[in-house]
Amino acid sequence: MTTAQSYLEHSSPPGRRGWKAWLLTHDHKRLGLMYLWAILFWFVLAVLLGLLMRTELMGAGRTIMGAETYSSMFTLHGVIMIFFFGIPAIPAIFGNFFLPIQLGADDVFFPRLNLLSWYLFMFGGGFAIFSLFFGDGFPDTGWTFYVPFSISSAGNVSLTVTAAFILGMSSMLTGLNFVTTFHRLRHKGMGLMKIPLFTWSLYATAWVQILATPVIAITFVLVVLERLLAIGLFEPDRGGDPLLYQHLFWMYSHPAVYIIILPAMGVISEIIPVFSRKAIFGYKGIVYSSLAIAIAGSLVWAHHMYTSGMSDVSVFVFSLLTFLVAVPSAVKVFSWVSTMYRGSIAMSPPFFLSLCFIYLFTVGGLTGLVLGAAGTDIHVHDTHFVVAHFHFVMLGGTGFAFFAALHYWWPKMFGVLYRNRPAYVGAVAAAVGFVFHFVPMLILGMQGMPRRYYDYLPQYETGNFLAGFGAYLLVFGLLLMLLNLVLSLRGRRTAPANPWGGTTLEWTVPSPPPVENFTATPEIKDFPYDFSEIVANSKK
Amino acid sequence: MSPAHDVDLAFWYILGISLLLLFGITTVMVIFVVRYRRSRHPVPEDIRDNLALEIVWTVIPTLIALSMFYMGWKSYIGLRTVPEGAMEVEVTAQMFSWIFTYDNGRESENELVVPLGEAVKLNVTSVDVLHSLYIPAFRIKIDAVRGMTTYAWFRADEAGEYDIQCTEYCGTDHSAMIARLKIVPEQQYLTWLEAEE
Repeated sequence: MTTAQSYLEHSSPPGRRGWKAWLLTHDHKRLGLMYLWAILFWFVLAVLLGLLMRTELMGAGRTIMGAETYSSMFTLHGVIMIFFFGIPAIPAIFGNFFLPIQLGADDVFFPRLNLLSWYLFMFGGGFAIFSLFFGDGFPDTGWTFYVPFSISSAGNVSLTVTAAFILGMSSMLTGLNFVTTFHRLRHKGMGLMKIPLFTWSLYATAWVQILATPVIAITFVLVVLERLLAIGLFEPDRGGDPLLYQHLFWMYSHPAVYIIILPAMGVISEIIPVFSRKAIFGYKGIVYSSLAIAIAGSLVWAHHMYTSGMSDVSVFVFSLLTFLVAVPSAVKVFSWVSTMYRGSIAMSPPFFLSLCFIYLFTVGGLTGLVLGAAGTDIHVHDTHFVVAHFHFVMLGGTGFAFFAALHYWWPKMFGVLYRNRPAYVGAVAAAVGFVFHFVPMLILGMQGMPRRYYDYLPQYETGNFLAGFGAYLLVFGLLLMLLNLVLSLRGRRTAPANPWGGTTLEWTVPSPPPVENFTATPEIKDFPYDFSEIVANSKK
Repeated sequence: MSPAHDVDLAFWYILGISLLLLFGITTVMVIFVVRYRRSRHPVPEDIRDNLALEIVWTVIPTLIALSMFYMGWKSYIGLRTVPEGAMEVEVTAQMFSWIFTYDNGRESENELVVPLGEAVKLNVTSVDVLHSLYIPAFRIKIDAVRGMTTYAWFRADEAGEYDIQCTEYCGTDHSAMIARLKIVPEQQYLTWLEAEE
């Protein structure tokens, strides 16, 4: 009975068949899957671009490509990883799928808008591909599109920023849907302090998406206008100010870092308690720190600009604020570790990936302190140190949390179990490869090797050569995990409703969930991470 | 004490505390995972929070963060405070080289020669896109922006040669935009300054 009602077999609205059941669906779960495949395509593409770049850097001088190709590659790698993977991945896939279920709702508040949001994402992607092969050539500015270079560059900058503009619309609409669903569709019995932390983190993120994205959208429009009509806003020869662009750009793009990391923290806050069979430690502290990060994280953008020529007063203010935003992140790390204290811990791929997350994210956060401090930042700004730092946060953090989320919710989304051994092998390879790839880059940066360098001085050769091996191991691990998951779809080892012993609402419904999510009125617990029932059942 | 030394001190301070924290967090995490594994500890305890502990781990990191901010800011002030009487060199960045112009009109491409022991202030600008002047040996870096003059300063106490690199992506040959800094004795500097280009 339950399998017959699965969302994979029944469409919403009912009666749609074939491609229409997917491409015209209103079902948040199907949209989650549609995002999943699109985002995985972009992720694998950008991973391979990154691997080609690191291969080029393994030897001094030209190794496999020219300088122009290299510049286009780091631009595409950055644009794809930020706008097509980092920002949408966790909210659009797992948020769409699980936010309504965790709230006890049958869909998001605006299902059609949700579908439109997916189409905008696909349209933006199509636009980005189009911009590669038409016009004046690959964009070569880096994902930051700094003026005046982006104004004078012959590359196809206008089309690429238009693609990012369209993706911004998609991101805003998703945020809007989450905020409204959170407030309007939450189950009557679910008070604010009964909401799972993943959903809380998406809620905090959604506000940043809604409020910060318009800034980048306007900025990109202004870049296009500057290129086409020479309006003189950013171009110094016409009285414009290049620093204004940097302020506007980072006013969005720094909060975007929190759009990328907050949902990842939400994922970890779900996984750690389940496999420790113990309530998350300091639930309220985590909720408040999510909100604090969303607010304070919007006020630190100019810490990307200590060397830009802005005033020393600005450096003082932004450095101070940056250190204060570090505190709520630290609180979360302490809470996760404390959750394990006197728990009953079962190792599993999602839990192992979460442990990797805690380690790598901590390194990312701590190296961020070097960058937040004004004097030390001057030395390592725009060097490989920065590149390594944000990869620790973005890939070691969000990337590993994304894989943890995949392994955690895959049985629920598809109703199948994957094989554990390849997942562990992949996770270990990825984590070890990650460290061997990015630690040399931290050292290269402190030795003074700038970023976005196609070639380098002889003293940087050893570090770059070694980092290359780590990159290959890392990519092998990531692809192995993905392959293992995809192959599980054939194996048909059916997943039970609650394979891990989770307590949030998605584990009370069948795997895969029915079209309307709940067959009976969901029972709301006083505390979302109350494991007493799970523990009692396991004793029997 | 030279500003570069202060910057290094801030590096040691921040990295030292960071390594301790990383080691502490990782060790505790691994110990918990091993000690409380399900086979050894099948029944978890129900601990949900501890206000005192949470206050402690909010307040102490805040204090540590503020001390790091202070170390960073202090060293930054050193980088920004040019001693009086520093000699000045005009630096013009262009795609893809550095032009150094001295008081007497002497111009030099990709070679900055300065006398030993003297404070040198670099006034930096660009004629095209953004560049950034970076001398790792002296921990200084400042963007070159068209229509704007920025500055950095350093003082060398030993003769030697160092690298100058561009750190703001400026186009295809960004990584080839490299110059040399030569620190020479006063007399040698004066000879070089008067020499024909």
